[in-house]
Amino acid sequence: MSHINRRNFIKAAGLLGAAAALPFNPLRAAQKEITVGFLYVGARDDFGYNQSHAEAAALVKKMPGVTVVEQENVPETVAVQRAMEAMIRQDGASLIFPTSFGYFDPHVLKVAQRFSDTRFAHCGGLWEKGKHPMNVGSFFGYIDEGQYLNGVVAGHMSKSAKLGFVAAKPIPQVLRNINAFTLGARSVNPDITTSVIFTGDWSMPVKEAEATNSLIDSGCDVITCHVDGPKVLVETAEKRGVMTCGYHASQAQLAPEGYLTGAEWNWVTPYQEHVKAALNGEPMINFLRGGLKEGFVKTSPYGPAVSAEAKKDADAVKAKMLSGDYVIFGGPLKNNRGEVVIADGTDYQQTAVELERMDYLVEGVRGQL
Amino acid sequence: MLKPWLGRAAVLALPALPTLLAMLTTAVLFILFLLIQGQPAWQAGPLVFEGAFGSMFAWENTLMRAAPLMLTALCVALPARAGLIIIGGEGALVLGGLAAAVTPLWLPALPAWPMLIAMGVAAMLAGGLWIGLSGWLRQKRGVNETIGSLLLSYIALAIFRHLVEGPLRDPNSLNKPSTPPLDSGYQIGVISDSFYVHWGLVAGVVTCVLAWVLVRYSVVGFSLRIVGGNPRTPRMLGLPVDRLVLLTCVLGGAAAGLAGMYEVSAVQGSANTALISGYGTAGILVAFAARHNPLGIIVCAILLGGLEASGGLLQRRLGLPDATTLILQGILFINLLAWEALTRRTLDWRLWLRGHWIAAPSSRAGSTEVSHG
Repeated sequence: MSHINRRNFIKAAGLLGAAAALPFNPLRAAQKEITVGFLYVGARDDFGYNQSHAEAAALVKKMPGVTVVEQENVPETVAVQRAMEAMIRQDGASLIFPTSFGYFDPHVLKVAQRFSDTRFAHCGGLWEKGKHPMNVGSFFGYIDEGQYLNGVVAGHMSKSAKLGFVAAKPIPQVLRNINAFTLGARSVNPDITTSVIFTGDWSMPVKEAEATNSLIDSGCDVITCHVDGPKVLVETAEKRGVMTCGYHASQAQLAPEGYLTGAEWNWVTPYQEHVKAALNGEPMINFLRGGLKEGFVKTSPYGPAVSAEAKKDADAVKAKMLSGDYVIFGGPLKNNRGEVVIADGTDYQQTAVELERMDYLVEGVRGQL
Repeated sequence: MLKPWLGRAAVLALPALPTLLAMLTTAVLFILFLLIQGQPAWQAGPLVFEGAFGSMFAWENTLMRAAPLMLTALCVALPARAGLIIIGGEGALVLGGLAAAVTPLWLPALPAWPMLIAMGVAAMLAGGLWIGLSGWLRQKRGVNETIGSLLLSYIALAIFRHLVEGPLRDPNSLNKPSTPPLDSGYQIGVISDSFYVHWGLVAGVVTCVLAWVLVRYSVVGFSLRIVGGNPRTPRMLGLPVDRLVLLTCVLGGAAAGLAGMYEVSAVQGSANTALISGYGTAGILVAFAARHNPLGIIVCAILLGGLEASGGLLQRRLGLPDATTLILQGILFINLLAWEALTRRTLDWRLWLRGHWIAAPSSRAGSTEVSHG
């Protein structure tokens, strides 16, 4: 009996061991480990575009099985090609997030051709089927929804009915934000105008400060922007007692009094989708877009200055956007030279390609292209 | 005593002494800086080496970054031979790049080689003209060439931005304004798949060697030494000072313009604001580190390229911010300037060495006696 017992014990132990080993093995296999590389064109703590990415990368770092390597201030030259290659060769990265728009062509495309086993998830929405490699993907968000909400709040809060917008370059993405901001404000008060100053490049702190000052001098009392780092602009406006709406990330701590709300990126949504696909060995996600509803963008919490009425109005529009039935760019819409750019009865959904080629400023914008 | 060949080696190595000392003190100060910041200084040192020269990939990385610096450094070093301090290479580079990018648009379709040569010539003309303007302003209008070239560089950048984002913009480049993309036949590739560095490196090295031959062995080079040494002597000798100064400026600008051409045809594929990435400024550092010696430029450009290549590894392995590399470069530049004061002493030491060590190698005791006598 004792023999049998011992045998039974051994058998049982063996079975137990096998049982313990078996369910764990496939689990371990699924719990693959990957290294993910992030490249930023500016400083990670710029209170703007690069910070919005770095904040999301910090959340990716917490995902199980993920090691994150980061590199900041990588210019759009051979430097970014080499940095991506270094992440692959020196750190073993198998998924790379080149976060600057200008990295895509030719840099990401060149490196992706040489490393076909590595995934490149570029931020900017430029990937086209048949034209670009399948290990490359591109994602982007409809942040003009956030700028529209900025406009609604600014429209309520402005006393002078003059808003200011500091913009980098007159390119479609920037124009779309200026127009959305203006349309949002004019939905509250049709007399409102937005004055635009273009600084010429993405990061020009001195010019941004000058532009902010001259907008304030000309009577604008709410300022917002589309530049890489709104830090200088928000600080300058706060110093002069003027309200601001944020962009890219939250600048609330730079302007505790005048910060109204802000259009922020929420990159963690596309990041997590890409990382999960890579962990599970699913095919590369080549095209990924979304707005407020999909969680690609978000708004900053309202600042102390925002009135109850403004909050109520903005929240109502936001609710419609979240349910997916709000049209920002609908006809009839005129540009600021009086020409019709969207005909009566035409409503462009956010996904419309026409919006990606925007080359006009809407009625109510003071500025020239 | 010591062997005479050692003495000769010491004489040859003397001009490099300030640079070597500068590098040594830079290393010490950088390690101290990291220690004060509570960073792992002892890991950082080997990482700098690994990232710059530790593998074939690291070498490719370093050399690719060094290539444009060799050319932009010449833009500082050649005028410096004539006693000018030109710091506007960035402007010459972007205008050269722009000229190269638009040449295929304005010329009829040509086979690759003639077109590439045309692009190179256009780039060198644009760059040469721009720096030549600084030289002309100095010689004919008394405008300080340092300030003049810097301001002209700002003007060049503004013109570049305006043209790329306005009249010369490809309407299809929506959110990244650029000139129309170069035909793939007019793009310059890499040397080989196993040595993944574009041909700009070869251009940089060859141009530096040519520049060295010019300043070292030609009549022009000899005249330049006189012009750079003293403003009055060459005029007394009847040397064409204005023409010599202009020549160095034009050649320097042409080198920077050529760097722009390679940036367009080997890296970017079109002209856009990514060209404005500080190669011209980094070239100043390289030229001063090399004491304006064209062969020294090759070495120093590789060194700086290596520093930049290793910066990424410092960021990724140790989580150090990018500013670390910038601080390292800053410390290096300050040290180079500080040790520059030693250069005059090295001339004395060289004479002393010649007298004591090499002059009378036949007898040990004789050498000192002879020189004292």
